[in-house]
Parts: sequence; structure tokens; C-alpha cells
Amino acid sequence: MVHVYLFGKKYAVPASLTIMEAMEYSGYQLVRGCGCRNGFCGACATVYRIAGDRELKACLACSTKVEDNMYVATLPFFPLVKEVYNIEEVKPTQQIMMQLYPEIYSCVGCNACTKACTQGLNTMQYIAYAQRGEYAKCAEASFDCVMCGVCSSRCPAGISHPQVAMLARRLNGKYLAPHCDHLDERVQEILDGKYEKLIEDLMGKPIEEIKELYNTRDIEK
Amino acid sequence: MYLDSKMNESIRKVEAAREANMKLDPRRMTAEEKENLLKTFHPDYREDQFVSLRIGPNKGEKVPTELAALLEGKSRMDGLTVDLTKPDYEADVLIIGGGGAGCSAAIEANENGASVLVVTKLRVGDANTMMAEGGIQAADKPNDSPAQHFLDAFGGGHFAAQKDLLYKLVTEAPEAIQWLSKLGVEFDKAPDGTMITTHGGGTSRKRMHAAKDYSGAEIMRTLRDEVLNRGIPVVDFTSAIELIKDENGRCAGAVLMNMETKELMVAKAKTVILATGGAGRLHYQGFPTSNHYGATADGLVLAYRAGARLLYPDTLQYHPTGAAFPAQIYGALVTEKVRSVGAMLVNANGEVFMNPLETRDVSAASIIRECTERGNGVATPEGYAVWLDTPMIEAKHGAGTIEKRIPAMMRMFAKHGIDIRKEPILVYPTLHYQNGGLKISANGQTDIENLYAAGEVVGGIHGRNRLMGNSLLDIIVFGRNAGKEASEKAKTVQVGELTLSHLSTYNTLRAEAGIDDDKMSPQLLPDYVRKENRGK
Repeated sequence: MVHVYLFGKKYAVPASLTIMEAMEYSGYQLVRGCGCRNGFCGACATVYRIAGDRELKACLACSTKVEDNMYVATLPFFPLVKEVYNIEEVKPTQQIMMQLYPEIYSCVGCNACTKACTQGLNTMQYIAYAQRGEYAKCAEASFDCVMCGVCSSRCPAGISHPQVAMLARRLNGKYLAPHCDHLDERVQEILDGKYEKLIEDLMGKPIEEIKELYNTRDIEK
Repeated sequence: MYLDSKMNESIRKVEAAREANMKLDPRRMTAEEKENLLKTFHPDYREDQFVSLRIGPNKGEKVPTELAALLEGKSRMDGLTVDLTKPDYEADVLIIGGGGAGCSAAIEANENGASVLVVTKLRVGDANTMMAEGGIQAADKPNDSPAQHFLDAFGGGHFAAQKDLLYKLVTEAPEAIQWLSKLGVEFDKAPDGTMITTHGGGTSRKRMHAAKDYSGAEIMRTLRDEVLNRGIPVVDFTSAIELIKDENGRCAGAVLMNMETKELMVAKAKTVILATGGAGRLHYQGFPTSNHYGATADGLVLAYRAGARLLYPDTLQYHPTGAAFPAQIYGALVTEKVRSVGAMLVNANGEVFMNPLETRDVSAASIIRECTERGNGVATPEGYAVWLDTPMIEAKHGAGTIEKRIPAMMRMFAKHGIDIRKEPILVYPTLHYQNGGLKISANGQTDIENLYAAGEVVGGIHGRNRLMGNSLLDIIVFGRNAGKEASEKAKTVQVGELTLSHLSTYNTLRAEAGIDDDKMSPQLLPDYVRKENRGK
């Protein structure tokens, strides 16, 4: 058992629990600050301090184990700045970032965002890519972001890093990534009715015949 | 690093056999073998875990015991009233649920000029979609066709799918991928733009498109961003606790509840889309789950009480590879993509006991057999498990493959001191997906006029088992479809006087059937609070 302080109150909980499980163990029914419970959704951003340590740390409550003398406070979410844009009208140039998120150019290089990242990403680096309009690189470096917003809570320049990266990824996905021709061709073929007969014939067969087709179909190696 | 000596002993057997195992291509089971395996070991066949519904449109049909208690449960409105003449919200289209299906529907309804309101009991995007890892199917390669996709899905679902829905799913799949690409979703592609696709269990062509192993997260965050860009109003942390009808019996809104203050509100709408997702958090048969915190079958309860029929509510999907160790991630999803890119299932003795790409129900049953009847499981604190031999992936495809193709899996285990590039991982089936759900027609409408449904809350698209990658696909295809249809319908709807009379009808049915327990539904959230020392 370890001792933790949840929202200021002291509880004894098994040392194997995550912070989230420790809250439930201690009697809290979670309504906010709980999502996928497995590190994918970023809903459970939590701040904590270990007694005697000056540093206020941040983590995801679902994937961080409790420690002895841990002081925990959760936030329902970190409110981020999300600028609105029309994806059909924007262009993947440096200008759009200057226009929507000019504060990224105020980055002082403190690297607090990177140190705080719950996913271990090089956050300051992906912001540097965004500054230079290098969206493919920004997209790749930020790809594993769960948008918990812990980075932004540490930023002296007021940057909403996850939203900057979100814009970069959409620009990359829509405009910069290589275009997929076989997808367009297949969509057109379907619109032209090329597969209608094939599939309707299949659907119309007696069930035993469909079973036979299924059980003997060739499987691509 | 594993500390348990028995586990380590077993790992050494797995390592010793790895080179020989990698060369194996285990044969697929015959149709008869599969049928026998399922009947003996699949949880859907444990009769004592199901009961017949005593009331409602599916009266007499079997559903999981836990679900029956909610479907037959008491309304949260019991003893409370709201003023239906003074709606707090009004919209053309009310969408209940802020996951992949709800957001896809919202975007299309907005595109069609409707005023849209999205309500969700957590935050928009906190949903199973966010947690989907492996990929999304679409037959867009030259050696593939929608007909082949149909055959795989129809057979994989035991020939029980509603054909018109499956037809829609497979023929609109390439367009769904195109739509997502145009929104900026980053699919894995070769430098020339060709989609990098792999197999999933039960596919006969490599048609699994992915965004690393964050496929659902990448789709969900993009859809959410688009919903916000369009200025569609989203009400977070607000659940729907009952549907509202009008005097003509058509769906016309919902009673909403603030999850914290419990304040009740009325949302009035011309059409309603239920996109509330699945039921993993009901933990059927005591299984752990890979599902989101909010997956408690609310949509089934709301619609059933209002008179909508369910299809295949007795069939659930147990994902074969839930994390079985360590305890902190017990039940968490280990994506099927781990097997798609080369890892095999291996028992405690280091033996490969099946082809790793059988369909999910067959794979799950096979693992359960290995851990029970055959006694070849590895003991863990939670029970028995088998190995998923991840180091095989890099032995086959080279160093760096795991970090590039399945970074989320690498991170999930690394957080607990296990390096999946060097050590195999322990897996056991976890409750993953609700195959059944609300019956809809191809236009997305349920049995109740002006009540549409999309996503996991729907039943019948996949039959009695779903293939990997067909759920991310169905939330997009049927989410968009519901958004288009519901917004189009809203143009001609005149809403009559609002009423909750279906609740008293349901209460009468309960009384007549002698149901007198106080279980409230919908459940809204699971209860994980430790019961010891808990006051009333």
C-alpha cells in the first residue's frame, strides 16, 4: 500500500494501481477526466507533485501508477485555443500558420512542452517544423499526440501545440501527401455501376452456394 | 521485462521455437472445425449467461443477462417531470453521441443545410472510435472488388448480415476513404500514393488501410476538428436519458441530463440520430473490455423503450487479443494489426496452435480452448493467457518495423516495462464489440419514424461476427448516410405536441410482467467505485 493525496485528502491504496484506479478505489465515481482508460484519448490529463519534490508534474491518470506521497489534482480538460478554418480553402503554405496561430513564433525555446509530453514526443521540434511551414515533418513528429493539452499548460508563449499539429496533419493529409490514384479510379468504377451486377449476382445466390464460394475462396498471400 | 519465473521459463520455450515457428503457415480451420470450436468455447454459446426478454419488441428473444436488466429497467425519469412545452434546445437534427458515427452524421447534416445539435455524455471524440487501432477496410486495389469484400464479410459474419446494409457498406467503402482523405486523414501510403494495405482476420485480400496503429484516433480527431470548424454546436458532459416523441408517435427529441448537476433539459428536433456506440462496459460474463468508459448500451435502452426492434442482441465480439498482463492494462486492446504484420499466437510450450488470421470469434474461441481444455495457457494473476510473439515481426521485416507500424502498442507495453520488440506479450480475449443492435433500413431509420441510428448501436450490418476494419468503415458509411437522410427528412417534418407517453406504456408492460426491481437505465457510466466502506 502507498499513501496518496487525492484532491487534498489522504488515502491508502495498493501500489499497483494507476492514478485513475486509485481514485475509484478511494470512492470517487469519475464523471469527467476519464475516457478510453488506456492512453488514446487524452481525457485524463492530471497534475501531481511528489512530497519533497519542487516540480509539478503532469501525466495521464489512466496510464500512470501511483507513488508514495503523491499529491494529485485532475482537470476535466485543458482548454486549448482552436482556430476555425475551411479545409477546402486553406493552402498548405507557411502563411496559414502565421495567420491562425501566430503565437508559435513567440516560442522561447524553453522546451517545457517536450518535457511535459505524456506521449514522449519532441513537441518543441514539431512546433519548429510548423513555424517553417514544414507540415509533413510536423505531421510525422506529432502523429502520436493524444491532444491532452499538458504541453500547452506549460507554455509561456501561450501555444496550443496539439491544435497547431492538428492543422499541420490535416494540411499534410489533404494537400501534401502523395495522391492515391487507385482509390479515385475505384470510386469512379463504382459510380459507373461496374460492380453492381457482380455483387447482386452474389447476393442473389442460394445460401449453400454462397457458403461454398466463401469456404473455397482464394486468400491473397 | 517479466519478473515471474514461470513466465520467463515459458518465454524461453517461445524463443527457442521462434525460428521454426516463423516458417510455419498453419492451415485454416474447415467450416466444420470452426463450428464445433465456436459451439464449445465461444462465450456467445454459454446458455446460462442469457435470458429471454419479458417485454418489448424483442419479447421472448435471448439477450445477455446484464443487458436484459437494463432493457427491462426503470426509467430515470421515474417520478420526475420536465416541461415539454419549453424546450431548452431546438434543432433540425439532434445527434446523440459524439464519436465517429455522430460526428460523420453531424458533418453531412450540416453540409445539407440543417441546424444540428450534438450531445455527448463525455467530450466529443471520447469514444470507441478514438481507440480503434488496426485499420479500415475498403476494396480499392486492382486485385480486389466490393463483391470480394462482401463475400469475406458475409461469410465472416456467419451469413447472417442484412444484405442490403452490407451491400451499402462495401460499395460505399472506397468513397468513405476518399472522403476521409479529403478531410485530411493521413493514411499510410507508399511514395507513389498507393495505399499500404494488410490482411485482417478473415479477409481474402489485403484491404486494411491504416494510419499506423492510431487509425481510429487519426480519423476521430480529424472528424472532431471538422465539426468544430463548421461551428456545429456540441454539448459535452450531457447524456440523453429518454427519447421524446410527438403526438403522432414520431421521434422528436430527447430528455437530456447534465452529468454533474443532474439538471434535466429538453431537446426538440425534427429528426434524431442515435450514435451512442456499444456496451463493453457492461462486462458481459465478467469479461474485461477494450471499450471506452461510456460504452454502456444507452442507445439500445432508449430506443427499445420507445418501441424499436433489436437485431442479434445476443451476439458479442470478444477480441482475441486483449492484454492479459500486466494488470494495469488488463483487457486493453492489442490490435489485430500485430498479427497482420507478422506476430503469431503461441502457447505456453512455445507451440503455434492456430493460423493467426482466423476471424475474431474463431480466434477467441481457439485461445479460450488453449487456456482451458488443452491446459496450454500461461498462468497470470488474472487467469490464463497465451503469447503473442511480437519479436517475430522484426525478425521477419527488419528492425524498426514495430516502431513504424505499431507505435501505440510499443508505447502501451513500454509504459509497464515490456519491450515488445524483444519480448512476447500475453493476451486473452476481451469484450470488444456489440455485433447486434438496433435494426435499421438502408436509409438508416429504425422502426420508429424520424429516429435514425448509426455506428455500433446498429445491428445487422455484420451479421453474427464482425471483421477487423469493418467497424471504422461502418461508422463512416452509416454515419454519413444517417446525417444525409435525417437532414433531408427534417425538411418536411412538422413536429406535433411532444410527449413521453411511451414511458407509461412501458411501465405498464413492466408491471404486467411482474418486473418490480429498481434497476435504473440507461446506465450512462460503469460503476468502478470500490464497494467496501461505502455508505448508502
